Amino acid sequence: MLTKEEVIKIAQLARIELSETEVEKFQKDLSTVLDYVEELKKVDVTGLEEVSQVSGLVNVQREDKVVDHGNREEILSIAPETKDGYFKVKAIL
Amino acid sequence: MQLEYLELTELRKLLDQKKVSSVELTKYFLERIKKYDKELNSFITVTEKEALEQAAVADDFIASPGENPFLCGIPYAAKDLFCTKGVRTTAASKILDNYIPPYDATTISKLKEQKAVLLGKTNLDQFAHGSSGETSAYGPAKNPWDNNRMPGGSSSGSTTAVGAGLAPFALATETGGSIRFPASVSGITGWKPTYGRVSRYGVIAMGSSLDSPGVMVNSVVDAAQIAEIIAGHDEKDSTTGRNEVLAYSKNLNSDIKGLKIGMPKEYFTDGMEAGAKQKVLNGIKVLENLGAKIVEVSLPNTRYGQMVYAIIAPSEISSNLARYDGIRYGHSTSKAKNLMEVYTKSRAEGFGDEAKRRIMTGTYVLSAGYYDAYYKRAQKVRGLIIREFAEVFKQVDVLAAASTPSVAQKLGHAADDPLFGYIVDQLHIPSSLAGLTAMTFPCGFARPTDGETLSMDGLPVGLQIIGPQWGEQKVFNVGFAYQQVTDWHKKHPALEFGD
Repeated sequence: MLTKEEVIKIAQLARIELSETEVEKFQKDLSTVLDYVEELKKVDVTGLEEVSQVSGLVNVQREDKVVDHGNREEILSIAPETKDGYFKVKAIL
Repeated sequence: MQLEYLELTELRKLLDQKKVSSVELTKYFLERIKKYDKELNSFITVTEKEALEQAAVADDFIASPGENPFLCGIPYAAKDLFCTKGVRTTAASKILDNYIPPYDATTISKLKEQKAVLLGKTNLDQFAHGSSGETSAYGPAKNPWDNNRMPGGSSSGSTTAVGAGLAPFALATETGGSIRFPASVSGITGWKPTYGRVSRYGVIAMGSSLDSPGVMVNSVVDAAQIAEIIAGHDEKDSTTGRNEVLAYSKNLNSDIKGLKIGMPKEYFTDGMEAGAKQKVLNGIKVLENLGAKIVEVSLPNTRYGQMVYAIIAPSEISSNLARYDGIRYGHSTSKAKNLMEVYTKSRAEGFGDEAKRRIMTGTYVLSAGYYDAYYKRAQKVRGLIIREFAEVFKQVDVLAAASTPSVAQKLGHAADDPLFGYIVDQLHIPSSLAGLTAMTFPCGFARPTDGETLSMDGLPVGLQIIGPQWGEQKVFNVGFAYQQVTDWHKKHPALEFGD
């Protein structure tokens, strides 16, 4: 089973704050999933290529041209906080 | 006039002959939504005003000279994972509760071009994470055959809306069974396209190497007709193929004499309900009687599919859901003292348990030290599964199997089982990992094994046909042949609900 510290570390990496009870809950839940996939270690994978996608397409490119979508205001209007036409975030330092 | 379960061709005829207007048709379905959806909860948002406006525009178009696009004036519903410009799109999550997309998904644009009428946005498992519809932050949708049972997920609202006759068809998505499973336990027809056949642009991402937008419908003919409209290359989704979009509906051919249909033996063993299994075998017998050649085949790595998925899907999810940061759109916490807390608290407040579980699983298996043991290994086994299908498709044209190991289970069954979503999808996940196309259609009714059901006939069972990549036409033909000689797809629920 994953330790509490491991779960807290994962949650930090995933940028999700967890309560004390959630840490315990996910300790169990994540361990269940990890135990479940344990059997994959038995599969002989020697000589097998990793497959990340099935489309068979390689390096699909399009012309790199600037397009004005004209929806800057619309995009900003759904942001929680904006200032002078920018997204506003809290001070980093 | 009963309009709720008519095939799209029938609706087209009625509209073209001015026997019914699009406004009348739209009102008809809106009335049904009002009457039944309080109990069924298949819609998160009903766009009554917009729908009536779109219907009026469609009516004007129909009144003007010239031919009408096939879906002109026909109402539909869309899973609330498809971005709709100006219409709230939640992914059934709280983090997107207030999200109003500034753009349309490509599929939505294509239906708009046709002047189809959007009735509303349907319920789903939160971010499509789940197989029962119960991880929705807006309460579960109910099975139209028995409101104490789940309609299957993740496309729970789309299947319920079509199954209950609240919409003539619904857009849905599948990552690992999310069209086939709900369609089968709700007694309707569903099409899961080849990966890359239908654009993912504007569909809220789950597992980007797996996500396949498709449809839930009343018949195979309907599916073929919509496929012609929504399939095709999209500059905005670089994984869409340039393969020709065939005239699927015109090409439909019920002559399946000599067609080789494989029955993967691994799909007919583990934990299937006897009643459901029998109906599926009967269904395959029908295909055999039509002249198809049934061959037993083997896909020995099937059992690893779910494990591969249990690693790859959360990995892609953790990456895709990183964008919900409380800064650009969606829920933002009011309790943050610094930037880090904006992220951690917004995400803690906005995501449900299942999303958190999958994000963290993905984060773990992708993290330094575990990447090789989990993610890289899973990708290799994925290759093995793909190769295995390719070999089998050298022997047979399509595969036939059950779409569901059991009829619809009771609501609450999936709660607190972190593996429920993975196990129930065992019949779908390997083919999803290989990017194949598939279709499910109703093939009978069976009694549940977990208690009684309100439904007199029992509960629906689905038969699925899996085809090779880009093998849509073959899969449609088999379904079409089946529906020419059976009428399971014409059985509809009584919509009489218990407490």
